[in-house]
Amino acid sequence: MAASTQTAAAVREVEAYKYGFVTDIESDRAPKGLSEDIVRFISAKKNEPAWMLEWRLKAYRTWLTLADDEPAWAKLHYPKIDYQESYYYAAPKQKPKLNSLDEVDPQLLETYKKLGIPLQEQQILSGVAVDAVFDSVSVATTYKKKLQEMGVIFCPISEAVQTHPELVQKYLGSVVPVADNFFATLNSAVFTDGSFVYIPKGLRCPMELSTYFRINEKNTGQFERTLIIADEGSYVSYLEGCTAPQRDENQLHAAVVELIALDDAEIKYSTVQNWYPGDKDGKGGIYNFVTKRGACRGKNSKIMWTQVETGSAITWKYPSCILQGDNSVGEFYSVAITNNHQQADTGTKMIHLGKNTRSKIISKGISAGKSSNTYRGLVRIQGKADGARNYTQCDSLLIGHTCGAHTVPYIENRNPTAQTEHEATTSKISEDQLFYCLQRGMNTEEAVSLIVNGFCKEVLQTLPMEFAVEAQKLVAISLEGSVG
Amino acid sequence: MALIDIKDLHVSVQGKDILKGISLSIEAGEVHAIMGPNGTGKSTLSNIIAGRDGYDIKSGSVTYDGQDLLAMEPDVRARAGVFLAFQYPVEIPGVSTSAFLKSAINTKRRAEGKPEIDAMEFLKLVKAKNKALGIPDDMIKRPLNVGFSGGEKKRAEVLQMTLLEPRFAVLDETDSGLDIDALKVVSDGVNALRGATRAFLVITHYQRLLNYIVPDHVHVMAGGRIVKSGGKDLAHELEAEGYAKYLAAA
Repeated sequence: MAASTQTAAAVREVEAYKYGFVTDIESDRAPKGLSEDIVRFISAKKNEPAWMLEWRLKAYRTWLTLADDEPAWAKLHYPKIDYQESYYYAAPKQKPKLNSLDEVDPQLLETYKKLGIPLQEQQILSGVAVDAVFDSVSVATTYKKKLQEMGVIFCPISEAVQTHPELVQKYLGSVVPVADNFFATLNSAVFTDGSFVYIPKGLRCPMELSTYFRINEKNTGQFERTLIIADEGSYVSYLEGCTAPQRDENQLHAAVVELIALDDAEIKYSTVQNWYPGDKDGKGGIYNFVTKRGACRGKNSKIMWTQVETGSAITWKYPSCILQGDNSVGEFYSVAITNNHQQADTGTKMIHLGKNTRSKIISKGISAGKSSNTYRGLVRIQGKADGARNYTQCDSLLIGHTCGAHTVPYIENRNPTAQTEHEATTSKISEDQLFYCLQRGMNTEEAVSLIVNGFCKEVLQTLPMEFAVEAQKLVAISLEGSVG
Repeated sequence: MALIDIKDLHVSVQGKDILKGISLSIEAGEVHAIMGPNGTGKSTLSNIIAGRDGYDIKSGSVTYDGQDLLAMEPDVRARAGVFLAFQYPVEIPGVSTSAFLKSAINTKRRAEGKPEIDAMEFLKLVKAKNKALGIPDDMIKRPLNVGFSGGEKKRAEVLQMTLLEPRFAVLDETDSGLDIDALKVVSDGVNALRGATRAFLVITHYQRLLNYIVPDHVHVMAGGRIVKSGGKDLAHELEAEGYAKYLAAA
């Protein structure tokens, strides 16, 4: 009997009394709302071992106690979310297969074109059946095999729970504990899937993980969970997201990403987030409440976050580093663009625990339309972090006169030998700059794109090459129509 | 037909009249110079030609190659071959001079229906022009005009002009802030572009520049009007006598 059928049978047996609702395990959607039963349902659907279920239940019970602790400190305004109005489990849906790109929304194709996405990738992104000869799935399979031979584990986290339970048990929740915060706790209870990466000792992973796979990624849903472990002396570069616009029927997204770098290991994590931002009047759009944190657990380890945030109606996101190992390094490079009615409250936390730990924060916020863009950051240097250093630079660029930019930096230094530096600027695209570009023949959109890309250059150049080119174009597209 | 034909142009800024009836006609192949003291509207005239916002054009017309220039957007004018060498070139942080140049060249090429310039061809072209203008090759790696000295900024303007090969170029006090060697190099750059199909309008305070870029016509501007026109000798007269008598007349 296949594993899934076994599960189905097992669940059916207990279903009648254990679940407060009557549903078929074969159904691809759990009933609306959140309860302990729903958590059990999700766990059963994934055929999870008992420890995983217990972990989820603990999270769920903690979440219930946090009801009054939904973060309200961010500079974000949105109607109160009714968590009982959401669905917490839906099997990934097959996109309807199309026969050719002619059947795809022309507006979407236009955006693909502007982003410079290759034709064949466009087809896959929009669900067009692809000719077997050009099928990049086979390319992906080849690389997967190669990675396996090198000892890299790269798989859905639901698979890792089954195949590498010892690693998952050891590290899951070790950076973002179950009770960490309202959204992370919710994620811990109901996460659906995400990536699991383990890089063995001493291996420098020779390819950007997910570059070759990003177009084949399954819909991981609204509660994504990612866990990346770089063992001693290893290196990995991981890419998340996609420059192509992404829509989702679920408005609420609450992902958790945990990174662990052991002695002398390095993790580079790059994100391009382009979820649906809502329409020009601010209707619709994704709420993105993300908890991302990396632990530089070993000495001389390094974690580098790069993010390009252009989408979502609401972005609540603070990729952070806990610099535990002596001489460890944390870096955060961010470009956050808000247009129309978008709101972003994003930044980082650098927690210096070890000696001679260093951190660097480069944040570029660009606001246009009626949007609001906040940088919120914390640099905390603990008493034992002798010789710790931080450098922070926050630059805001305003386009038009109806948007807002805010910078909220916290610096807590408990060690007299530590050094922190903070620089911040706020500027507008000047009429002079625009006119200069126009006089050289560029149109307004080209001029804005050039000036804004210059403004974010320091961040964009930290992205892997091929991603950087697309990201530059994305920056331009996100600001279309914001001037003139 | 004149390449550029300005007729009885009246312009004000925030209710204050700046240009009070300028007429000026420049044929292809000619170099005209406008001289005059500060605050007489010389830079306003160059901004009007390039299409900058913030001016109230009350009456008059500007025709470029038979078209109504004032009805064209600034970028359309530029692609049609109108170039302004700025008095104060702006800094664009994070954008390397070479990226900016390439972007400008390609905009022009696209407008002409030509393919974009490839990286090798671009480098070769820029290196050749740099050499002629005494520009070190690593200058184009720096962000445009950021931290450039006065002389470097003006050389960069002339470099752009040389690369874009406009049909009508306005040089707005390109000589200010240049030492004598730079002045020679910049003038050589302009002279190299002189030809039967191209016209220049050189705006300057000083006759000095006109020793190197010898104009066909010189106009004296004072109080928002052209108060005297003449040949290249007029510049020498002005140098000797100053602007005082024209200011009194205006």
